[in-house]
Amino acid sequence: MDTFLQQLINGLVLGSVYALVALGYTMVYGILELINFAHGEVTMIGAMVALTVIGALVGAHVDLPGIVIVLAGVLAAIPACMLLGFTIERVAYRPLRNAPRLAPLITAIGVSILLQNLAMIIWGRQYISFPPILPRTTYHLGGATISVLQIFILVLSLVIMAALVALVQKTKLGRAMRATAQAPQVAGLMGVNINSIISLTFIIGSALAAVAGVMVSAYYGVAHYYMGFLLGLKAFTAAVLGGIGNLAGAMLGGLLLGVIESMGAGYIGDITGGFMGSNYQDVFAFFVLILVLVLRPSGLLGERVGERA
Amino acid sequence: MSALKPLSRRPAWLGFVLIGIALAIAPFVVQAGLGIYWVRILDLALLYMMLALGLNIVVGYAGLLDLGYIAFYAVGAYVYALLASPQFGLHLPFWITLPLGALVAALFGVLLGAPTLRLRGDYLAIVTLGFGEIIRIFLNNLDRPINVTNGPQGINLIDPISIGGLSLARPQDIFPGMSSAHAYYYVFLAATLLVIFICMRLQDSRIGRAWAAIREDETAAEAMGINTRNLKLLAFAMGATFGGLSGGLFASFQGFVSPESFNLMESIMILCMIVLGGMGNIPGVILGALLLTILPEALRYIGDFQRAVFDRIIVDPADLRMLLFGLALVLMMLFRPAGLWPSSQRQRELLKSDEPAPPGLYDEQR
Repeated sequence: MDTFLQQLINGLVLGSVYALVALGYTMVYGILELINFAHGEVTMIGAMVALTVIGALVGAHVDLPGIVIVLAGVLAAIPACMLLGFTIERVAYRPLRNAPRLAPLITAIGVSILLQNLAMIIWGRQYISFPPILPRTTYHLGGATISVLQIFILVLSLVIMAALVALVQKTKLGRAMRATAQAPQVAGLMGVNINSIISLTFIIGSALAAVAGVMVSAYYGVAHYYMGFLLGLKAFTAAVLGGIGNLAGAMLGGLLLGVIESMGAGYIGDITGGFMGSNYQDVFAFFVLILVLVLRPSGLLGERVGERA
Repeated sequence: MSALKPLSRRPAWLGFVLIGIALAIAPFVVQAGLGIYWVRILDLALLYMMLALGLNIVVGYAGLLDLGYIAFYAVGAYVYALLASPQFGLHLPFWITLPLGALVAALFGVLLGAPTLRLRGDYLAIVTLGFGEIIRIFLNNLDRPINVTNGPQGINLIDPISIGGLSLARPQDIFPGMSSAHAYYYVFLAATLLVIFICMRLQDSRIGRAWAAIREDETAAEAMGINTRNLKLLAFAMGATFGGLSGGLFASFQGFVSPESFNLMESIMILCMIVLGGMGNIPGVILGALLLTILPEALRYIGDFQRAVFDRIIVDPADLRMLLFGLALVLMMLFRPAGLWPSSQRQRELLKSDEPAPPGLYDEQR
């Protein structure tokens, strides 16, 4: 039972980060029907920029509480990622909006490799460690422990998700986004500036990715130029699991995938009689992805959409 | 038009003979000009050509974006490695291990294809990517509790191909002046020519046209009576077969395999070769594979250049390689989506759009 509760907590924390990244995938897919392969890399860049700022502040012995320093890192990462997301869409995707599907997909892969290697050249191949400036208090909950950082990540991502839902459902901008997702041409005729809405979608998604990137690096204590790939893939899985194009689906899918993954890692040894260990943790996301796509391609909350040739 | 004879007509066989002679002496010319190291590069280029041609069947002919293609290469390589190395003490001859590797790879191709073929293009891309990673993770971890793949250390001391008592690792025993790189060159060349021949025949066959129809419009193809499911499976299996074959050849050539050789970046690089050369066009794919195998080697000179100019290495050329690949993918899709040497059909298709293309973008191609 203790293991169960502990893995549940770990899974929910990890899952909330997946959900934040998954929202970026799902928003872009909802409007453009494009898998923004580079989204995971945007998350990575967010983490790297934040860590650079945090490292510089810590190195300068600024007399500020740890939370404030991390916040400064986040505040630097968000605009950097927004700019990056905007640029990616403008340069790599917009010119191909009317091209066959394969073209933007290949471009997206190209951008992803480009960013990864750019990051490798700028920040090097080594793991960059997150300075231990955050409070390390832990609380006991039943037989499990939960740290302040975990609570912080969970609460912050829930707040951000709520804010995003409010933005999409309640504001004029959100209505324009939903209209563009539904029927771009008609939305355009109704006076919605589709191009700026699409740009904005990328910008918002990238901002969420920046926050998620900082969370992941704080949680694991390290950042690496390659971290965006697996994170992006898992977040995409989460988006598909929940039903891609569906905001609530991305959140549910993220949390669910996080829990599945940590439960799997916690129990796989028992299930397979010691044949497989927690080193197979990363396999779960892929199996979940394949299962969902085969059994219910529209995801848990998605509606069945007609095939577009 | 076809009734009119061209004014001057060299006999077709002359061209073939000239190409044949050029291919036959190529390794010796390369060795004389650039050294034995480049003969090995030539061997690798031939392996990549086979891989690119195999992936071309899946992506270029049938239009299914496969991002986990390297998994089949890995399967072929590991089948060869396990059956012809001290790992299990088995030393089966190549004419068993190579076809078996190709067959097992084809089986994996069907295994991957069967559940995923209903998926739309971009979903398929992600699932194949996941499949490639799953294979790699298993290869990495199948050393416990039973040691099958020897984990991250990989399998060493793999038997070289030996034909009638002649080991390709030591051809100088019979042919003085020849090295292992030369011997493998001819084996790889034969295999590549076989693959090219099969690809050409496939392209012009009923199956090839059915693949093109599926690629252009799956719904219409199905309405025309094409069994899309079986044909897509066949594309996966054919592509995987070539992947498995080149994997087996790779294992015997290197004498060593480890999971690290089969990561996602390799899949992407093979995709790059196809995209760069021209999807669906055999000469284009060959050109792409050749260019992208040579390019990283040529990039080493950038390191020398940096050292000469700045007295130190500022950017490691190896790091620059993937950066340039990424950039090349983006630029190719933006400015020359049909590749350097496109097939006429594919070019029309890639330039097709529901709405007029943005002005200026494709102008240089018309």
